[in-house]
Amino acid sequence: MTERFTKAAARNIFYGGSLFFFATFVALTALSHLYIVNTSTDKAGLNDAVARGKHVWEKNACINCHTILGEGAYFAPELGNVWKRYGGDKDHDGAVTALKGWMAAQPSGIQGRRQMPQFNLTEQEVEDLAAFLEWTSRINTQNWPPKLSG
Amino acid sequence: MKYESQKVALWYFAAAMGLFAVQILVGLLAGAVYVMPNLLSELVPFNIIRMIHTNALIVWLLIGFFGAAYYLIPEEAETELHSPTLALVQLGLFVFGALAAVVGYLFRIYEGREFLEQPTWIKAAIVVVALMFLYNITLTLIKGRRTVITNILLVGMWGIAIFFLFSFYNPSNLALDKMYWWYVVHLWVEGVWELVLASILAFLMIKMTGVDREIVEKWLYAIVGLALFSGILGTGHHYYWIGTPGYWQWIGSIFSALEVAPFFTMVVFAFMMVWKSGRRHPNKAAMLWSLGCSVFAFFGAGVWGFLHTLAPINYYTHGTQVTAAHGHLAFFGAYAMINFAIITYAMPYLRGRQPYNQLLNMWSFWLMCGGMAFMTFVLTVAGVVQTHLQRVLGMDYMEVQEQIALFYWMRLGAGVIVGVGVVLFLYSIFGPAREERPASIPTNYQPAE
Repeated sequence: MTERFTKAAARNIFYGGSLFFFATFVALTALSHLYIVNTSTDKAGLNDAVARGKHVWEKNACINCHTILGEGAYFAPELGNVWKRYGGDKDHDGAVTALKGWMAAQPSGIQGRRQMPQFNLTEQEVEDLAAFLEWTSRINTQNWPPKLSG
Repeated sequence: MKYESQKVALWYFAAAMGLFAVQILVGLLAGAVYVMPNLLSELVPFNIIRMIHTNALIVWLLIGFFGAAYYLIPEEAETELHSPTLALVQLGLFVFGALAAVVGYLFRIYEGREFLEQPTWIKAAIVVVALMFLYNITLTLIKGRRTVITNILLVGMWGIAIFFLFSFYNPSNLALDKMYWWYVVHLWVEGVWELVLASILAFLMIKMTGVDREIVEKWLYAIVGLALFSGILGTGHHYYWIGTPGYWQWIGSIFSALEVAPFFTMVVFAFMMVWKSGRRHPNKAAMLWSLGCSVFAFFGAGVWGFLHTLAPINYYTHGTQVTAAHGHLAFFGAYAMINFAIITYAMPYLRGRQPYNQLLNMWSFWLMCGGMAFMTFVLTVAGVVQTHLQRVLGMDYMEVQEQIALFYWMRLGAGVIVGVGVVLFLYSIFGPAREERPASIPTNYQPAE
């Protein structure tokens, strides 16, 4: 902190620099916004069922146990690619049936094993959730996660 | 303490510490569920426990920041607060909103985006609270002296309020949702919160070391400049795998690697000021928390952040226990500890005492810091094992979790140690204030304020 480096200079660098970096960030975010909407996610496939499914996901706070695209709690498996783990990319109806079976069977009640609550979802809600998870599994995530295990 | 209105800080600190106790109790419960998974699984499932743990943390830290601002702004601005009554109304509303949210969570009322689970009306109440606060301190500063500390603090607090507005935007496109969600989460904790942290630390350094304000203020600009220059584009390290373009892997890696710089500068700053001053402030515990804060923030936010921030590494570690380890030490070191520092410093003035219960307070420092460090180590090892088994070998998630169960027991043990430290801290701060023996300071050293 030499004498020549004055407080006024420090102040100008701070405010000027911060504005510059924030403007750059906003511009890059705007580009990313367009990229997400048009390129990396399925624009045509983002229908009402997917939107309702996202709401089911949120209403039941799934993210406070699971992760989705790596974000969330770390108490239960990653679900960004669960659709593929269930084989949904090859057998759509099979995966939906399996998901219905899974949701109905919770909680397992097995001693010493983490318990997933019974959310009492309706048939429609599970189908919407499946639509949401299927749509999510098709997001271009730069090939993340590295393994199917999530 | 020179101004009567600073007293409102006492209520803020008390409320913050109350919610802190809730956060720790619920955190211990969450740690217990990790090793005894059937515990409360039907009555209060893990997702609700975790939501209360994280929300209580965020709210108590904010209440602590508000309290710190109400304490230091009159002294910096050399004038009474514009309205102490408004400050207390603001606190009442905030605490009511926080408690209503927690009770609501127990009854399955939430909106279910991570950390932003609050129902919309509570989010709106938070905005009202923030506006009341900004109105109050802005008017105080207009009529008083403006210093660099108050300016940076004000910019930080305005930033907190403005970026929170993104929590109202929830598009049905998950990738878009995530990108703007980070406008709240990252630009808070790796952006404007650092401004609040640095300005509180600078205030403490001026008060406790007596080093010339001009020098402290230049350091403060350097720290917050480094924080925002690295931290804003550093947001890119959250944009690697969520459907955002590949260029973020370069931008995020480079800029977030630089996020270590402001924390390193903070360590140098704090120790240099203390070394330069040659004075010994009688509140040794507050000094310990201040210096400790800079060190733990450097390790928790800086070093542990850098460990997994480069895109090629993050590709494997993203969303594992490595993230959990970093999250715990970063929040504790940077934001919990700055609160303990300002509370330990301010409480003797607010209670009209000489510094009291110093030894007990310093014991709580070592217990909390030791416990948190151990927790971070075991979670880091758990995370490395998890990364290898799950992300390299492709083992099933639940099988991997069984492999690392031992580390979760150690984490619970570490949590218990932290819990003991918390009890000591709360007792040392709010318990009976025994007068310390007069500090054995040579007479030629005059303590600063």
